[in-house]
Amino acid sequence: MKTTKKLFAVTAVIMMVIAIIAADHIDAPAVQGGTSDITDFYAFQGEDSNNIAFVANLQGLLSPGATAAATFDENVLIEFNIDTDGDAVEDLVIQAVARDGKMYVFGPDVPNGTGLNSTILSNSLNQLSVDMTPYGQPAIVESANGMMAFAGPRDDPFFMDFAQYGEIIAGNATSFNNPGSDTFAGTNVLSVVVEVPKTMIGGTGTINTWVETKRKQ
Amino acid sequence: MNSNIFKSLIAMAVIAVAFTSCSDDDDVMDQMSGPDFSGTFVQQDQMGRPAVNTVFVSGGSKDSFNVTIPSQQDAAFQSMFQTNLEALSPAFANPGDANALGQDAATFTGLLATDVLNVSLDGTTTFFDGTNVLTGRNLADDVITVELLLIFGGEDFSENPGLSNDNVDANDKAFETSFPYLASPW
Repeated sequence: MKTTKKLFAVTAVIMMVIAIIAADHIDAPAVQGGTSDITDFYAFQGEDSNNIAFVANLQGLLSPGATAAATFDENVLIEFNIDTDGDAVEDLVIQAVARDGKMYVFGPDVPNGTGLNSTILSNSLNQLSVDMTPYGQPAIVESANGMMAFAGPRDDPFFMDFAQYGEIIAGNATSFNNPGSDTFAGTNVLSVVVEVPKTMIGGTGTINTWVETKRKQ
Repeated sequence: MNSNIFKSLIAMAVIAVAFTSCSDDDDVMDQMSGPDFSGTFVQQDQMGRPAVNTVFVSGGSKDSFNVTIPSQQDAAFQSMFQTNLEALSPAFANPGDANALGQDAATFTGLLATDVLNVSLDGTTTFFDGTNVLTGRNLADDVITVELLLIFGGEDFSENPGLSNDNVDANDKAFETSFPYLASPW
């Protein structure tokens, strides 16, 4: 029975038309491998428990040799969306965009509109900029109005035995290995990290949050 | 000569006015010589919870999922998610099957189809730590094993053990306790 179940599982996996890649690395044809490809998104309570930190990672699977040359695309806006009333529509956004070696951060603030199109809230009272941290240098952090910002290359924090999952999908294996092997070990991403006081994003309760990349038209 | 001096004074006054108007703002908002933030930016990629697009969205719909706003994702994708989940996992092959959160296929995919990350502002933030469920996502959270367990592990995490844990439980570099938290690059 157990063998039957496993066989069924493997068959089902093979029959799937999807291919798992990773958290969101190279998730879809239009963005994969490009400068707007989001690899991962995290949101968690900061070292200061009055704060929430947001992390957006882009341009995954950078080898150490390729990392120094990797840069944020100035035509790509990174937007953290925050829904404070449970309707999955953004009430607040935090925007990050690169200009001439700096990452500019605007918000949290009310967006000019919701949905697929955005304009930059360059007049927001909540804003700061931070120099990009060069590869191989200590992290450069900028603070203002209780917010903190960082932008630059980091180790990809994602971990998974993607290679073995690929073998399972391909029908070459029936289970994961133990121990597994982290396919993302030794690779880097470009990270934007923004930490804000909870009071700026609703104060209490539960928020819904997601990250978007948007390209200048 | 007087005229030239006068012109110079005018020029200096203009410069002073320009400079003053700029210095009302901080350097970020310097609209005289600062960066250009104009224009409309149109969505290309989005992400809430890890691996949702890659696992649950069918091949031809992945770009479409990335440009469907979260408030419309449930209507557009829940049915596809449920079909794919039931095809993928024997733990959801039979009527009444559920995961360890007590969610049947419709409930589980109904949660996942709206691809937003729920984050608590009142305490522990974690994808799943054995007690708290979907209150955020920490760098160290083993989100893939959590998702594999919820997909393949059945009602008590015991089903399909070979498929419900990739046995990679931690990152290859230690995270920092202080901002920006992520480890330095390789």
